Parts: sequence; C-alpha cells; structure tokens
Amino acid sequence: MSLLHLAIFSPFLMAILVPLFYKGLRKIHTGWFVLILPIVLFVYFLQFLPVTRDNGVFQRSFDWIPSLGISFTAYVDGLSLLFALLITGIGALVVLYSIFYLSKERESLHNFYVYLLMFMGAMLGVVLSDNLITLYMFWELTSISSFLLIAYWYDRDRSRYGALKSMLITVFGGLAMLGGFLLLSIMGDTFSVRELIAQADVLNNHPLFLFAMILILLGAFTKSAQFPFYIWLPDAMEAPTPVSAYLHSATMVKAGIYLVARLSAIFAFSEYWFWLVGGIGIFTLFWGSFNAVKQTDLKGILAFSTVSQLGLIMSLLGAGAIALHFEALDDNIYTAATIAAVFHLINHATFKGSLFMVVGIVDHETGTRDIRRLGGLMSFMPITFTIAIIGAFSMAGLPPFNGFLSKEMFFTGMLQLLSADIFNLETWGLLFPVLAWVGSVFTFIYSMILVFKTFTGKYQPEKLERKPHEAPFGMLISPIVLAALVVLFGLFPNLLSYSLIQPAAAAIMPSIVPAGEVLDVHVSHWHGFSTELFMTIGVVVLGILMYLTLNKWIRLYSIFPGKVTLNTLYDTGLYASERGSYNVTKAYMNGSIRTYLIYIFVFFIGILGFTLWNKDAFTVSTDNLAPIGVYEMVLSAVIIAGTMAILAAKSRLTSIIALGAVGYTVSLFFVIFRAPDLALTQLVIETVSVALFLLCFYHLPQLNRDQEGRRFKLGNLAVALGVGTIVTLMALSAHSTKRFESISEYYIANTYEEAAGKNMVNVILVDFRGFDTLFEISVLAIAALGIFGMIKLRLSKKGEGADE
Amino acid sequence: MEILMSILIGFLFASAVYLMLSKSLLRIIVGTGLLSHGAHLLLITMAGLKRGAAPLLGEEAASYVDPLPQALILTAIVISFGITAFFLVLAYRAYQELGTDNTEEMRGNEAND
Amino acid sequence: MNNPNNVIFQTASKVIFFIIILFSIHLFFAGHYYPGGGFIGGLMTSGAIVLLLLAFDIQTVAKGFPVDYKIVVGLGLLIAIATAAGAMLFNVPFFTHAFGDVYLPILGETGLHTAMLFDLGVYLVVVGVTMTIIQTIGESE
Repeated sequence: MSLLHLAIFSPFLMAILVPLFYKGLRKIHTGWFVLILPIVLFVYFLQFLPVTRDNGVFQRSFDWIPSLGISFTAYVDGLSLLFALLITGIGALVVLYSIFYLSKERESLHNFYVYLLMFMGAMLGVVLSDNLITLYMFWELTSISSFLLIAYWYDRDRSRYGALKSMLITVFGGLAMLGGFLLLSIMGDTFSVRELIAQADVLNNHPLFLFAMILILLGAFTKSAQFPFYIWLPDAMEAPTPVSAYLHSATMVKAGIYLVARLSAIFAFSEYWFWLVGGIGIFTLFWGSFNAVKQTDLKGILAFSTVSQLGLIMSLLGAGAIALHFEALDDNIYTAATIAAVFHLINHATFKGSLFMVVGIVDHETGTRDIRRLGGLMSFMPITFTIAIIGAFSMAGLPPFNGFLSKEMFFTGMLQLLSADIFNLETWGLLFPVLAWVGSVFTFIYSMILVFKTFTGKYQPEKLERKPHEAPFGMLISPIVLAALVVLFGLFPNLLSYSLIQPAAAAIMPSIVPAGEVLDVHVSHWHGFSTELFMTIGVVVLGILMYLTLNKWIRLYSIFPGKVTLNTLYDTGLYASERGSYNVTKAYMNGSIRTYLIYIFVFFIGILGFTLWNKDAFTVSTDNLAPIGVYEMVLSAVIIAGTMAILAAKSRLTSIIALGAVGYTVSLFFVIFRAPDLALTQLVIETVSVALFLLCFYHLPQLNRDQEGRRFKLGNLAVALGVGTIVTLMALSAHSTKRFESISEYYIANTYEEAAGKNMVNVILVDFRGFDTLFEISVLAIAALGIFGMIKLRLSKKGEGADE
Repeated sequence: MEILMSILIGFLFASAVYLMLSKSLLRIIVGTGLLSHGAHLLLITMAGLKRGAAPLLGEEAASYVDPLPQALILTAIVISFGITAFFLVLAYRAYQELGTDNTEEMRGNEAND
Repeated sequence: MNNPNNVIFQTASKVIFFIIILFSIHLFFAGHYYPGGGFIGGLMTSGAIVLLLLAFDIQTVAKGFPVDYKIVVGLGLLIAIATAAGAMLFNVPFFTHAFGDVYLPILGETGLHTAMLFDLGVYLVVVGVTMTIIQTIGESE
C-alpha cells in the first residue's frame, strides 16, 4: 500500500462516508463534501508532472494474489497521468456542477454520489493499473457504476432500458477483453502490461496473437462506443446530465481509447491492428456525425457527436501505428497522428464537457431539450449562449479554438496515410481523408444546429414549461472554466505540448522514443496554405451551405428504412433470447420437487455407474478387512429394523422415534469405529434433533400416504434401489483401492509439533482446516437466522397462496 | 466388516431416496436425515475401519485410525442438524401457509404471473 | 408441554442441568487434547438447556437465561473471524494460530493456544444457533 494506492482507493473510502454526510448534515448539499476529494486528488496528481515530463515513470506495487501472479501495481506514466488528471479535474467540475443541478430536497443524493465516487475510483484504477487482471476488475466496475448512474432515475422506463443496454453491451465487451487478456498472459507468461510490451516481438509471431487482439478490441470498441456497438451511448443519455458529461463523454467512454493506446505498443505493428482500429474509427467518425444531424434531442446530438469524436481519436491511434514501421525518429512524420490523438482527447474533454453542461442548463431552465421547441434563448441566457458558441465552434473546428488545432492535426494525420507505402494504403488510403472530410462537414452542421437552433431563431414560450432565465452562478462556474480552457488551449496550445501531450504520446509509442529523448511536439496555428487549411475552408463553406438548406435535404434521412437498424437488432435479439431461455427452462423445470430430485438421482446413478464401468473401477478386495463382531451385527440389525419401521410407518410419531433410534445406533457405531468425538457429537445432536422434531410435531400434518399410487411407488423404488446399489459399489471400491497415501499422515505426524494439540480431530477442525469450520459456523448462523426469519417475520400477505 | 457396512450404507441410501421421492413433506425430511447418516457412515467406512487407536495422541499407540474423515463427519453432523432444522421449519411454515404437505400440490404457478 | 405435577422431573433436572453444564465446559476445554471441543461442548450446553425446557416451559427458562441467542451467534462468529484475522496483524497468513506456555498466577505453567479462542467462537455459535432454533420454534406455538 502506498499513497498512490490510497489515492485510487480514496473514492471508495469516501463513498462509505457519503451516506453519513447525507443523513447527518441534510442542510448542506452532500456534493460540497464530495467535491473536496477530486480537488485533492487533482492536486496530488499534478505533482507527477515533473516525473513524467522526461518520460519517467513512477510505480508502486503490492501483492494481491501472489499465487496467481496477480499484483496490484499502480503505475504512473505520461498516458496514465493524462487520464488521471482528466478524471479528477473534470470530476471536480462535474461534482461542482451537480451541486446546483441536483436538488438536495428532491433527489436521493447519497445514491448519486456513492455511484459517482465508485466510478471515479474504478476509472482511476483502470488507468493506473499495470496488471491486466486489476485493470479488468476496475474496467467492469466502471461498467457497473455507469449502469447504476444511467438508471439513477430508476422509475423511468427509458432509464432502465438504457442502463440495461449499456450494461449488456459493455460487459459483453469486457468479458471478451478478459479472454484477450488471458490469451496475452498465456503468450507472455505475465499479467504485467510493461512486461508484455517488453516482449512484443515474441507475441507478434504467436499463433494466438490475432485472436487476442480481436478480443481486446471488442472490449475497447464496446466501451468507446465504436461502430456497431455505439447504440448504447445514445440511450445512456437518460442519465442526469452531469453524469453524461463526466462518464459518457469525458472519461468512461475514453477507457477504450486508453486501452487501445496502452496496448498499441504490443499490437500496433500488425497490419490488422491498423485496419481495425483506424478503419472502424474513421467509419465511426463518419457514421456518428452523419446520424447526429438528424437528432432533435440536444443530448442525442451530443451523444452521436461523442460517438463520432471517439471514432476520430480511434482512427488517429490507428494511423499512428504506421509510425512503428519507420525507424528514425527525426523524420518520422507518422508520429503526428498519435500526438493529434492525445491533443484531441484533451480538447474533446473540454469542449464536450462544456457543451453537455450547457445542455444541462437549458434543460434545467426550460424543462425541455427538444430543438423543435427551443429557440431564441440568446437574450435570456447570454452567458450560457457564449459558452455554447465557444464549445460548438471548437467542436466544429473553427479558429482560434483548440478544436481547430486538433482538427488540422487530424487532417494532417489522415493525409499522411496517402504517402505511406504499406498495407495497401496506395489503393485504399484515400478513404481515410475522404471520410474524415465528410465527417467533418457533418460535424460542422450539427455543431451549428446545437447552438443556433437553441439560442437563435424564434422564441416559442408556449412550448416551454417555464419561463427561461439565466442559470444560477454556481451552475455556470464549471462550464465557464471549461470554455476558458477551450480558449486558452486554442491560443496557447504549447502550454500542453511538453507537459502532457509529449509524455502521453511517448508512452503510447515507447519503442520509437529512445530513452532520454523526447518527441518533437509543437502545435502551431499557421502552416501556410496547406491541404489541411483548404480542407477546413471546404468544410466551413459546404457546412454553412448545407446548414442553411437543412430543411431541403433533412428528409433524405427518412429514405433509410426505420426497421433495419442496429437498435432493432438489439431489441429483437434480446427479446428472442429471453423468450428462448424461458421456454427452455420451462421445458424441464416443471415446479415439482420430486421431478428435480429424480433428475439429480438419475444423473447420479448414470454418471457414477458409467464411471465405475468405463474406468473399470469396481474392485472388491477381501484383504485387510476388519473383523465383524457381535456388536456390529446387532447394531446393523437395529439400523435396518429402524429404517424399515420408518418406511412402513403410518404415524408421525413412529417415524420420528425410529429416526432417533437409527441416529443413536449410528453413534454407537462411531464408538466401535474409535471415533469418540463423533460418538459424543452424534449422541447430543440426536437428542436435540428429537426434541426439535417433537417441538414441530404439533405443527405438522398427519402422514397421509393414500395419494401415492402403485406406479408412483414403483418408480420411486427403482430410483432408490439404483442409488443404493451404486453407493454400495462405490463404498466397496473405495475401500478396496488405495492409490496413494492419505493426506491424513501429515495430520497425524504434525498434530503435536505444529499445532500443539493431541486430539487430532479437534486440531484438524480448529487449526489445519479452520476455514471449513469457519464457513460451517457461518452456514449454521445463516440457517438459524433463516428459521428465525421464517417464524418471526411473517411478511406473506394473508390469503395469498392459501387456496393452492 | 467393510463389506457389511457397504451393504448397510447402500440400504440406508436406498431408503432415504425412496422417502425423499414421496409426496409427504415429513417423509422427505426424515429421508434427508437418513441420507446424512448414510453419508457419514460412508465417509468413515471409506477410510478403513478399526485400523488403530482412536485419533488421540494421548493413546500413544503405534497407529491411529484416519482422523480426517472424522473431522469431516463432525462438520457434516452439525451442518445436517442445521439443515434438518431449517427443513423442518420450512415444512411446517409451508403447511401453515398452503394448507397442504403434499409437494405435488405445492407446485408454483409462476407461469401465470 | 409443562406438566404442573412433574415435581420430581423438575427438581432432578435442576441438578442434572448443572452437572451437564459443568461436563460441557470440561469437554470444551479438554478439546485440544482429549475428545471434546467447541462443537461438542456447545451442543452439550444446549442439550442442558433443552432439558430445562422439557421440564419447565419456555417462558420460565427464558426468564432464567435472559439472553438473545442471536447475539450469541454474532458474538461467536466475531470471535472466530477476529481470531483468524488477528493473525494478519502479526504479518502471518490468515488463520495462523500461535501457542506457547505462559506462567499464570495460581495455575502455574499453562499451555495457551489461540485455537482455543477460535474454538470459543465455535462454541458460542453452536449454542446460539441451537437455542435460537429451539426457542423460536417453541415460541411460535
């Protein structure tokens, strides 16, 4: 445990305290307490900037499950630090925003902040773990906290639907990813990412390599909402807006990007990696922006926009992989794509975060997010409007905002692919800049829709629930901070160049950055009249034209058949699998205990009988048998007689007494077999059991055996005889074969030396096999509580079920 | 002795299964009781019977019977007591609520929900 | 099940109860060296209380032992887990027991063993569970 580990776990610890704050200090909004933590963490992580500046790393480790090679190694390098700062920084702003967004009177804030903190801790865990298994654990934890947050307003159908959808898709991806991780660990014999990176050459030639890559990419693509898995993200917008801003645009959906970036060093040399990451990324960019235009819900626009921007970053990471095929660092132009990816990652978090908060404000102040009902809000909310302009223009890629810079770099990255002469890029490479450009045009259009449809145009007060006015100041702080960053990074991008971008990019491509050197990162506004600039001008010109003529061509979207969508596929698939599993279960689970018992016993007979026969295991040895004395004969006879009496019993009392007799006889057997502890225990237990039976006696019905027909009894008899025979055969074989020394020898030899006891049975119980005993008494306690609950807490409704 | 015990255990198992397959709840519970007796005897028989002194070092014998099955059985005895008690209460509560102790009549109707 | 005329049974059971309790405590402490231990001791103790239940009625016994047995169960589990987890404080794996000879006043040189503490947990759980079950069933009439 180090301070770094503590930093990762601190959100979880804080989450424990949240209900106390909520219950104890109702007067103060719980968010104020929570706010402290991300700020402290942000400052804490800022300290690492000097460490990573020269591509240094910081790492602390402690063993978690050493026997499986799983340790919790927390690891800070440029990439993880960038994410950690995003998580804590945006986290702090989002918490601040949520204080004003969620009312302390009406909302169950304790749930909200517990989930949010859980997410924060999990996300920090994802980006700071070096061990694949810990990474996976935190990864799934982010999915679960996202599920809980989307379903925060759980009384809404859409929320539950969206939550379930995101959970199913991301957890499916997560499981695939776990498979990929395990394959990686089989190939490299370690769970450590850095150790795997060190042997990337070996892994590249392994037959399982491609398989592992596809599985891991499934995880990354589902999480980062890439085509065709993006469908969960628009539905996730049912979450409260602070959550959308935090999880579903700034951090969680970037976990997939993080994973791709982190594992680039292992996989990126492969051609498949380039085509999968780059190809799917660029198509997602196009598809997301294309679909964003037709949305009428402001958050819907932002959701598809996020999908598209994630595709953009993904495609840049794919393009950056080309750099690995060119050795020299000095003239390696392909590193530009990776640098652009990192830069855009930061920019996207700032402008998209501010836009989400703007949409939240609009929603909060007008009661709707539908652009058909909004309009002309500019004069009511001038500050919000300004923030929206800054965010949207940055998203559209207009100067002087930071989005312009990274969009230019994105075009550069895509255009450079044309000059690469590998992977058939001569023929197919053109697709990248073309799709990138088309996607940018649509991006421009929806950015304009977002601002101008909301804030300009005709004001329609009759369609709004309440009269709009500017948001309270507290709610504006966070978006203002983000918008200020948008402008700041736009004007002075080189503030970030060597502090954050270079270390992160170098961490993505460790093999081409020699130790002691740094990548050349310099972001400038003016490159001369380059192709990129003309592309941007083209985007703006065509974008404005298309925005102005929007009404004329928006109908084109309806040409697409409404039924054949990925969402329909998901819905019908889900419904079919539910029906299918229900019917399959119905077919054999008929609600009768006897049927289930018969399944069990028949399988018991079948499997054991088959094994005995197949392995030729049945042997009877007459050596080494213990002698049979008179006592044993008598006791056996008593047991048989007792059992017969139970079988034939017509009254309850007879069977209870006969069962007691059998039990006492068994305890006498234990005496003969030299098991004094057992004999004592059995004796007392039998006494207590009989007392118990007698206590319940009054409550139990008379034995009524008339309903059982002859066939019924014969069937039971057959199964019973089968079980009896198999058990006898098994007992005989078990006695007759001794394949190896019993482990009991160890206990016998060590009872005194190791455990200082003389009663071996007791020593085994409390010492050697103490776990068994611990669990056993837990089971007993549960049974006692269950009985107490059944009798004392009669929650069942009167009358229900009584007539069945 | 072991052969006799094996047959006795088989008999106990068969009777237990027969009881558990019947319709009456009480017989099912008695059946589980018998089943656990059978299982305990099976465990101790499998380790071999009477091959030394009781597993107490105070006996100072040359050889002891196997202590491990005894420890397992001790755990099992106590657990089976818990299970029997739980079953018993479940049965009588079910009887009180549903008015029958016939398991066939207790079949749920979750399909109609 | 109280029979007011059962004077002999009631008087005898009072005496026998203490004998059984003493015996059960002996069994519990003997556990590490001779037959006995937490399970048997606990069961024997509850057997003694059950005897009283048979002789008197539930209310009388509940008055004599005003104990919430559910808390006894929890206490027992706590002791057992704490004993096991306590080992971690000394940087040895979960469930490592310690033992040694300690000089105690009056008793002299005595062997002490943390397994005893664990067994005490078992003892309490067994007593608690048995009595919870019997008492709840008995009271439900």
